[in-house]
Amino acid sequence: MPPFRGVDFLSVDSQFSEDELLVRQTARQFVDERVIPLMRDSFREGRFPSELIGEMARLGFLGANLEGYGCAGMSSVEYGLIMQELERGDSGIRSFVSVQGALVMYPILTFGSEEQKQRWLPSLQSGKAVGCFGLTEPGFGSNPAGMRTTAKPDGGGWILNGEKSWITNGTMADVAVVWARTPEGIQGFLVEKGTPGYTSSDIHGKWSMRASVTSSLAFADCRIPEASALPGAKGLRAALMCLTQARYGIGWGVLGAAMDCFETARQYSLVRKQFDDRPIASHQLVQEKLAWMITEISKGQLLALHVGRLKDRGRADHAHVSMLKRNNVAMALECARLSRDLLGANGITDEYPVMRHLCNLETVKTYEGTDHIHALVIGERVTGVAAYR
Amino acid sequence: MTIIVCIKQVPARESHLRPAGGWVEEADLSYEINEPDAFALEEGLRLKEQHGGETVVLSAGPARVVQTIREALAKGADRAIHLEHENPRAFSPLETARFMADAIAGEKPDLVLTGLQSDDLGYGHTGVILAELLGLPHATIVMQVEVRDGALRVKRELEGGWFQHVEMPLPALLTIQSGIGALRYATLMGIKKARTKEIRRVPLEAGPGDAGFQVERVSLPARSKATRLFDGSPQEAAAQLVEKLKFEARVL
Ligand SMILES: Cc1cc2nc3c(=O)[nH]c(=O)nc-3n(C[C@H](O)[C@H](O)[C@H](O)COP(=O)(O)OP(=O)(O)OC[C@H]3O[C@@H](n4cnc5c(N)ncnc54)[C@H](O)[C@@H]3O)c2cc1C
Repeated sequence: MPPFRGVDFLSVDSQFSEDELLVRQTARQFVDERVIPLMRDSFREGRFPSELIGEMARLGFLGANLEGYGCAGMSSVEYGLIMQELERGDSGIRSFVSVQGALVMYPILTFGSEEQKQRWLPSLQSGKAVGCFGLTEPGFGSNPAGMRTTAKPDGGGWILNGEKSWITNGTMADVAVVWARTPEGIQGFLVEKGTPGYTSSDIHGKWSMRASVTSSLAFADCRIPEASALPGAKGLRAALMCLTQARYGIGWGVLGAAMDCFETARQYSLVRKQFDDRPIASHQLVQEKLAWMITEISKGQLLALHVGRLKDRGRADHAHVSMLKRNNVAMALECARLSRDLLGANGITDEYPVMRHLCNLETVKTYEGTDHIHALVIGERVTGVAAYR
Repeated sequence: MTIIVCIKQVPARESHLRPAGGWVEEADLSYEINEPDAFALEEGLRLKEQHGGETVVLSAGPARVVQTIREALAKGADRAIHLEHENPRAFSPLETARFMADAIAGEKPDLVLTGLQSDDLGYGHTGVILAELLGLPHATIVMQVEVRDGALRVKRELEGGWFQHVEMPLPALLTIQSGIGALRYATLMGIKKARTKEIRRVPLEAGPGDAGFQVERVSLPARSKATRLFDGSPQEAAAQLVEKLKFEARVL
């Protein structure tokens, strides 16, 4: 397969610095050479390709936008470009990196004690340890504020009870960032694999994110030491701060999936011939679909870049990130559907990546705040009225 | 060891090429490191890791080549020399080699590496002439390098699957063949570190000064379709076909 040369209708590349382009090049080559050749089989087998963790860590992809403890200290835009390339490979690979960096390393760095940082960040950065983020529960998805998992203070420690579900990396994780209700409100805790009373099991039967591990976590009188509470992670707001980081990465990531779908459909339309030996690309209805895709991808690129620049100046807020996540995910999903359509029967097979992206993007639409919930965040920002309940 | 690696920035392989004014339309192009030079850099970095010392990259060209220089620094080169000229492709290989030799001489390198040839102009001369100007022994189309007891042992690629092993003294110049080792990626930490590495700028005031050399015209290869019939028994015809596919069409 020829290397990916990028999708850049509007010369968006001219807005990137030399370093940003270099970062993208590293991620792009890695995805072409190491990720894409694995994905068809991984997805088919329902297997996360954990053999990639070591090299992703060595290249600096884990916690790439964080400072210190071995992290690469990339800007938000550089980080976004990495996410874009990884998700061009597969949403499951990007999810792994998002969870590890934005949902595990970020809260430890932001809310953790120095001891917790020393203990976990270098090993999470180097891929020696894997983390997961447990917020969602069987009964509470869009409304995590209703969570039932509790942490009871008990003689200098805590006792956890409850259940978390749909947790990416769950059974693989050496450490779980778990959100639970204490007498003072919601707080984040670090729970280590092997702690008595903590068990995990995988969710099977997924048609989406098949190359990613999704698990349930259960806590039954699980005793954890006082020092496992993240001192700064108090209130649901702390959990939402993590989600804002991850959602930002998703807004870029899905651009990669959309680009892969567009490029696959564009190339296919030039070689597939129907009616009078003409390539299907010569039909107006086909061109209209390609034109829609490239237009929406280009707008999505500008949105991601703008929010990235705002974030690097400390001016992005969570409602900006909601717009980025919601718009780009919906756009990517539509690109995947159109691309699937243009590939005809071939589009439903795993010989082409589009149906895999399409299935994955259904998860991406739901997790990290559903499309609806982000509409309500934007709606609240422009009206001042919260319409969640 | 002080190892100097000469790297050239060339139009990316999948660029859209449109002949214009003795060259191709530059506005259409994206650029990348010349492929054999990427392997020369890889070898230069590997030798430094093995034997210690310093890997210095050198590139001639306009401001855009800094991107290629940065990539080399991000992969682990220690510092760089940028020979600044708007249009070095107007130079003959002799002139280019002269400018490079002037910049390199003061560095007193133990080893100079270049690519075997460039993907755009394909002269395949610059490295060899540079060796002559620096007064260094050289070997071309090198597939393997070993430094032992202050001397070199290199494996050269010959035609038809043959190789030649050569022993030579240091300092020396080698022109490297693609595929000598697996190329590394620039790590994110490497990219960040490269921001503070030195790039020495050497402005080239002189214009082209090799009267005997001029690029007349650039043209795209004409596409032609030809049908060829092979005589003889099916076995003979198949053998001829394989021969043509291998050595003429070069698709096997
Ligand atoms: C593969 C995968 C991986 C995941 N990984 C993680 C993880 O690592 N950690 C984690 O904590 N969670 C994870 N999740 C969970 C995910 O964040 C939740 O699924 C998501 O928040 C939605 O919750 P729900 O599934 O309970 O849907 P619900 O909240 O029940 O929503 C169902 C539907 O109702 C709509 N809806 C709900 N409330 C409203 C409202 N007020 N207004 C309008 N519409 C509304 C939703 O938009 C949606 O369309 C993952 C999910 C999947 C599928």
